[in-house]
Amino acid sequence: MSTESAIEGSAVITHEIGLHARPSVKLTKLAKSFTSAIHLRGDGVESWVDAKSIVRVMGLKLREGTTVFFRAAGPDANAAVDALVALVKRDFDEHKPA
Amino acid sequence: MSTNQPERIFEGKVASPGLAAGHIRLALRRPVGANSTKDPAEERRRFDAALAAAAESLGRLAECQSDEAAVGMLEFQLALIEDDELIEPVRQAIAGGSAAVTAWSEIIGRQIADYEAAEDAYFRARSADLADLRERVIGQIEGTGDDEADAMDDAILVAEDLGPSRFLEIDWTRYRGGALTGGSVSGHVAILARARGVPLVVGLDLGTARLVGGAEAILDAEQGRLIQYPLGLTREAFTRRVAERETTASTEATFLPRPAVTRSGRPIAVAINVDEPGVVASIDPAHCDGIGLTRTEFLFSGPGGRPDEERQLAVYGGLIAWAKGRPVTIRTLDAGGDKPIEGLTPEGETNPFLGLRGIRLSLARLDAFLPQLRALARAAALGPLKVMLPMVTVPREIDEVRGLFRDALAELARHGLPAAMPKLGMMVEVPAAALNVAQFEVDFFSIGSNDLVQYVTATGRDCAAVSALHDPLNPAVLELIARVVAHGRTKGTEVGLCGDMASDSRYLPALLDLGLQSLSVAPARLAAVKAAIAGHG
Repeated sequence: MSTESAIEGSAVITHEIGLHARPSVKLTKLAKSFTSAIHLRGDGVESWVDAKSIVRVMGLKLREGTTVFFRAAGPDANAAVDALVALVKRDFDEHKPA
Repeated sequence: MSTNQPERIFEGKVASPGLAAGHIRLALRRPVGANSTKDPAEERRRFDAALAAAAESLGRLAECQSDEAAVGMLEFQLALIEDDELIEPVRQAIAGGSAAVTAWSEIIGRQIADYEAAEDAYFRARSADLADLRERVIGQIEGTGDDEADAMDDAILVAEDLGPSRFLEIDWTRYRGGALTGGSVSGHVAILARARGVPLVVGLDLGTARLVGGAEAILDAEQGRLIQYPLGLTREAFTRRVAERETTASTEATFLPRPAVTRSGRPIAVAINVDEPGVVASIDPAHCDGIGLTRTEFLFSGPGGRPDEERQLAVYGGLIAWAKGRPVTIRTLDAGGDKPIEGLTPEGETNPFLGLRGIRLSLARLDAFLPQLRALARAAALGPLKVMLPMVTVPREIDEVRGLFRDALAELARHGLPAAMPKLGMMVEVPAAALNVAQFEVDFFSIGSNDLVQYVTATGRDCAAVSALHDPLNPAVLELIARVVAHGRTKGTEVGLCGDMASDSRYLPALLDLGLQSLSVAPARLAAVKAAIAGHG
């Protein structure tokens, strides 16, 4: 993955538990719907992990208040980062509108 | 039907009485990898097939779940087996000569260990989901998968041991009974089996390697044995006993719709123990005097994870609606001891039965307890609710809970939610509470004989070697029960008994002689207990 062509974005996790199982499943499913290579990392952790792998994403054990960074490279990289950032900002649609 | 196979008897102990004839459905796990083929290509094929089968059963389970949290857990497991990060290393290990089961166990085992070491309780609790997935896939590889679609209509389930949640998951209408090589007669699974009238034999002796899947068999859960390939004479004797049992059952059934009264005319209230709310669906509330014990552990250890206030309220409200005005007793979470709950009960206790369990745990974990109290306060507005605290040792514990209830009521009122103070009672199972019973200010007492016997005789419920000492009729046990009954009579406070003693015809007469007027029994024993009361002087 060449860093020049990579698209980046970030969002803060607002769920009270953090990036738990159900949101992680939603995130990886969404990531898999794009052809681009997509990686993410949590604030304070250096290594990037594959956003399409539930093992890797859950393995980060990210907590509430952590900023997640996304990086995508490929034909639909822009759309991928936008969609993932939006998903985190919407709190993974975990809260139905009042 | 004749067979040339020799009759073989496997001895065990009766955990839940009954008789059944059918065919053996073997769900025994061989030592890991014992039936591996040593052929990497074949092992790879078996692994891939196992994953596909596991994915299919997970998808099917997710479809028939209405609980969002349970669906989330199943989807998480599905996502895991579709993840190459997890699966590729297993395939590589298989290509390198490992048996499929070994490779899978080892690689998912690392993930499990990783979650177990997590700081956060939520992530730690996910290790149970991973362990569940591990077992599911192993079952598929070894061909002992619990795919119930292939269960025969007259199957007798033979397994090593079952966890309580696994027991509840099984559709017992598809099985005539069960036999376990592990398990104990006073363990939790035995209680569940008795409640449902599922014949169950536990502690099946060694030599189970000679068990044959699909073989014709008789499950004799009166004498505690499984007979494989029964001879003609054995079958005839068995048929006679089934007939006798049916005659007795139909006689007993005539007592079911009537109030329980002893021969001398003393009325006895007979309520039922509910270990899982589904059990009431098949019971007419008019046949009992309400619910004397609801075990709420099923809510906390089920697939949905920890239940929130709304989910609890729905369950409690459902029981109150079912009872049609009869009292419903709900016991607050009694986790710990032989009922650990991931993320809640402490790990590594040297003696869990003397540790942080029952009300002690609830008071230490208000994050879990407060939602339950709020749900109970709201349910109390729906009908006559009695809340029972387990493992009470000193009066201060009652005072604390009463204070928490008051706070919850005040908060619910601020939110405009209807709620009421339920009747507050306690289990008498700790000897200190039984000896000191006069010091407790409660609305009712319920003797928890299972734990009382264990604590008074200092014999573990699950320890076969001391089972002869584990005697509910030990004079010290009866003396304590008599004390509580006498105190209740003096003070005008209701005293009941909700342990297994009440459901057991060997102990029931002694309880009636002690003057108990209120019993709570396994639903499947309702008719038999009422009949026994009618025959008692």
